[in-house]
This record gives sequence, C-alpha cells and structure tokens, in this order.
Amino acid sequence: MLLEVKDLHAGIDGKEILKGLNLEVNKGEVHAIMGPNGSGKSTLSKVLAGHPSYEVISGSVTYEGKDLLELEPDERARDGVFMAFQYPVEVPGVSNSQFLRLAYNEKMKHHGGEELDPLEFNDYLKEKAKVVEMSEEFFKRSVNEGFSGGEKKRNEILQMAVLEPKLAILDETDSGLDIDALRIVAEGVNKLRSSDNAIILVTHYQRLLNYIQPDFVHVLAGGKIVKEGGKELALELEEKGYDWVKGAAGTH
Amino acid sequence: MSSVSTEKETHFSAAFREFVEAEGPSPMHKLRVDAFDAFKQLGFPHPKLEDWKYTNSAAIAKVDWKVIGEGTSTVSQEEADKLSGFNYRRSGFTALNLAFGDVAFVRIPKDESVEEPIEFDFGGEDGVAIFPHIVIVAEPGSKATVIEKYGSTAPGLTNAAVQIFVGENANITHYRVQKDSADAFHISTTEVTIGRDGRYDSTSVNLGGALSRHEIDVRFTAEGGEAWIDGLYMLSGSQHSDTHSVIDHTVPNCTSHQNYKGVLNDKSRGVFNGKVFVRENAHGTDAQQSNKNLLLSNDARVDTKPQLEIFNDDVKCSHGATVGQLEDEELFYLLTRGLPETLARNLLTYGFAEEIISKIGIESIKSELDGMVLNRLNAKI
Repeated sequence: MLLEVKDLHAGIDGKEILKGLNLEVNKGEVHAIMGPNGSGKSTLSKVLAGHPSYEVISGSVTYEGKDLLELEPDERARDGVFMAFQYPVEVPGVSNSQFLRLAYNEKMKHHGGEELDPLEFNDYLKEKAKVVEMSEEFFKRSVNEGFSGGEKKRNEILQMAVLEPKLAILDETDSGLDIDALRIVAEGVNKLRSSDNAIILVTHYQRLLNYIQPDFVHVLAGGKIVKEGGKELALELEEKGYDWVKGAAGTH
Repeated sequence: MSSVSTEKETHFSAAFREFVEAEGPSPMHKLRVDAFDAFKQLGFPHPKLEDWKYTNSAAIAKVDWKVIGEGTSTVSQEEADKLSGFNYRRSGFTALNLAFGDVAFVRIPKDESVEEPIEFDFGGEDGVAIFPHIVIVAEPGSKATVIEKYGSTAPGLTNAAVQIFVGENANITHYRVQKDSADAFHISTTEVTIGRDGRYDSTSVNLGGALSRHEIDVRFTAEGGEAWIDGLYMLSGSQHSDTHSVIDHTVPNCTSHQNYKGVLNDKSRGVFNGKVFVRENAHGTDAQQSNKNLLLSNDARVDTKPQLEIFNDDVKCSHGATVGQLEDEELFYLLTRGLPETLARNLLTYGFAEEIISKIGIESIKSELDGMVLNRLNAKI
C-alpha cells in the first residue's frame, strides 16, 4: 500500500476538523475526495503535505511503510509526495526554471540520481512543459508572479510533471478555472497518471471528474469519510447535493 | 563646538592648505575655500540633527584621515559653474567633498548615444580619505549609461559626490555599486536634475562598508520628466547603511518611481528616509515610493520613514514601507517542492533582492551582483 490514513484526527488553531478519517491508496489508483465547504478537504491536503500550522491530534499516516507524520515537508516531497496548491504561491525574483531545477536536483541528490545543469534541465523542462501546453516564455518568469489563475494551476501540474511524485494530492486544482484551462490541466494529469503513482483529487465539484476519471470516490463531511464508491458516486452526489450526505455525518 | 571637532579642523586645515597649494590657480579655488569654510562651520554631522538621527558619524570624525588628492587644475570656468551648483552646505561631508574634490567631468554631446557604459571605479586605502566628485552633463537628446563602482579593500573613507544633469529628452541610466570592505566608511551624495522629457533610471546597490550613507536628490526642472530610483541594501555583521532620498516634483506632469529594498542579517542596521515633495503647481504628478525590508535575524533593525508631501490634488501618488520576515506560506510552498529549509530561505531572500538586481541592463554587473548576493547567503543557487 502506498498510503494508509488511519483514524486521523487533526485541526488548526485548537479546532478539530478531521474527526477520524480513514483512507487507503494504492499505486495506480486515482481517488477523488469530495465534500462541501468546511468538511475538512483542505485540512487533509495540508496535513499530508506537512503544513506547520496544522496539528495532528491522533491517528496515523503511513506512506510506503514509513510514518509520514514524522517527516518534514521537504523530506516528504523528496520521498515522492506532492501537493498541488489551491492557491499557488508567488515567488518574486525566482525564475520558474531556476526553482524547478533546484527542486529536481534536490530530489535527484536524495535518490542518488544525476543532477542536471541549467542547459540540460532546460531540455528536460521543455519536454515536460508539453504536458500542460506551456510555452518556454514561462520558464524565465518568476514563479507564479503575474500568472493568471489558469496559468498558476498549469504551473502546478508542470511541477508535478518535473518532480514525478509517487503520490500527488491535487487540492481544488479545478477551482477558478475556465473550461479551456480545466481541460488542459485535466489532460495534463491524465498524461501523468500511471501504474507507478497515485493521485488524490480533492474537489468540491464533480466537473473535474468528467475529465479525470477516478477509481474511487470518497465523500467527506464533518471531518469523516461518510460515503465511498466508484466514479458513479460523484454523479449521484452532483444530482442530490451535499445535503444528501451531510445527514450521514451527523451534522446539519 | 566641541574640542574634538576643533582638532579635526586643525587636521583638515593643514591638509587643505597643502591641497590648494598643490592644485595651484584654478577656477575652483574660491569654491574650495568656501566649501572648506562651510566644513569648519558645520563640522561632522551630529546625531542631534534630524537627518542624522540614526547615523552616527563619530567613528569617521575621530580618525585623522590622510588626504592624498592633488586637486584638479584643468577645471574650466563652465565646469566650475556646474560645481558651484552642488549643495555642499548639506553637511560637513559634502562640504569636505567639494573642498578636496577630485573632479571628473563628462559631457555627453547633443543627440549622441554612447554605447559603451561610462565607468568609474574607486577604492580607498587604509587610513586614507578619497573625495571623488563626478559631474555628468547629458546634453539634449543624448543617451548614456554611467557605472559608479566602489570597492575599497581597506578601512578607508570614501566621501563621494555625483552631479547629473539630464537635459531635454536625454536619457541616463545610472548604476551605483558600493561594495567597499566591511570595515570601510562610505558617504556618497547624488544630485540629479531632469529637464523636459528627460529620463533618469538609477539602481543603487549597497553591500559594503561598516558605515555607509547615500543621499540622493532628484529634482525635475521641466515637464515630462521621468525618474526610476531603485536600490538595494544587503547588510550583515554589524554593518550600518543609511539611504536618504529627496524627490522633488516642482513642475507638472513628471513621474517618479522609487523602489528600495533591504535585506538585513545579524546585527546590521538599515535606515531609509525618503521624502517626496509634490509642489503646488505640480499637477499631473505620478509619484510612487516603496521601501520593503526583510529581516533575517532578530537582532537586525531597520528604521524606515517614507514621506510624501503633496500640495496639489491632481496627482497620482502612493508610498509605503514594510519590515518583515520571510513569509511562512512562501517557505512552505518551497518545502513542499523538496527544497531543504536553508535553501528555501536563501532562495526566497535571493528572490527578494533579485527584483532590484534583475533590472540591471548590463549582464556583467548583474551576474557579479547575483554572485555577491548568493555569496552573502552562503548559497549555491
């Protein structure tokens, strides 16, 4: 098993948000985690990525047999955990290619692989950029600075393509995207999907799942998974709305 | 006046007598005497003066600096006239600069574009005071790039001044790089006037000096002028760096954009004091001012005071200053991409400084500064 979340209780600022979450993810699988606002979707993403503001109260997260919660965010990343941000951060003064090469080389160093110099990396990046139809113009620009919402999300997927994570958590990657950007991002994710990795799609809306077909759908409400099923569950949810599952979480 | 400054006068008085004697008859003679008299009156600036509140020049005042200049006998009357426009009374330092000034005069002829940058390199010696004074006259329609570099390797005193006259439709790009050794003293004054539709674009990078101060005054003398006044101070150890600027919109329809950034580590101290005046008849003014500071240590300190004084309603003005640390969300973002924390912090700091450096249009200077910034961070990026 790649990831096993067991009875996870976690929160922020002393407030418990996840109240006993269980999740199992294997390589080659795409899981969709859906839920209404405030259900704990973002908390789950942040806890898995290791955000310092979030606090784990109890439960465990095992990744490749290791205790994920013991690892610093950068260690998790080098071990293959990737989170695409809902709101990608702007890093002025640091070019996209510079940033990506550093990240790539850190990962390579960690795994005893070959680091790339700027010229070699540029060729590598050009190939990867095709995944999300990004032009070279974006390589020189500062990370996310002045990017449109869609460009930022594409840039997240580009980072995913470059870093080739084993576990990618896409946190509301579809939010704020117009239909064209959504298509590009989704197609990018589909190209990166393989039997060697797993993807967790965290989303409020079913729309993204029209483009990226999940193997499993989990519905999160009140900090717990309240319903699980195949991709058809997402459609049912779209039709009936979240009120349908809210009852199951014991919240109104 | 205290006894200490009287002794200094005596020390500099003897040096001044020798200096003017060596220089011989010069159109500058009277100006030098006047300037030296002003120095005697003003003495070294005292922290009780509002403009010198945060910067104590006592460490400079107590040294018997050796003056080795021989004067400038070739100054023409016209050049002397430009020099007399220098506000040497602003402080004891500017007065000393003009009294002992080693003058370089550059004229960029009308409508001429000078491709090669005009470069000045200065470096002080141990115990020696140098007084460079550069005058740049950009005649109408001319275009040039001026590079002013300071790189002393010993605890000397650099007391420099630059006067720039940007003529009608002229375009001057000015890079000032101060990378004196960390035990040197550096006082520098830049005075700029911008004529009709003239453009002045300056980037000032301050990395060196135990104690450094840069004063820059920019004044518009006719409509349509444009000024970009950017700077970076990056300090560590116990370095102290002070920037004082005055941007004076005395005429309508001029634009000034000022962006200064500070990166302060260890126990270093930064001072930014930026005054922007928009005078009564200066309608259509566009004046933006920003000073952002990044503190990398709890012991570092910065005193920033952006000031905007507007006497006209029909203007577009903004100003602001920030003092802060690296943003947690930015740091987390880089960590989630696998960058170790030290590298992530260095990269963010580099990015902060880079906004200023990246605008430098000369590749050799840009990459040198890039290297120096990285070196400061002990980083390989």
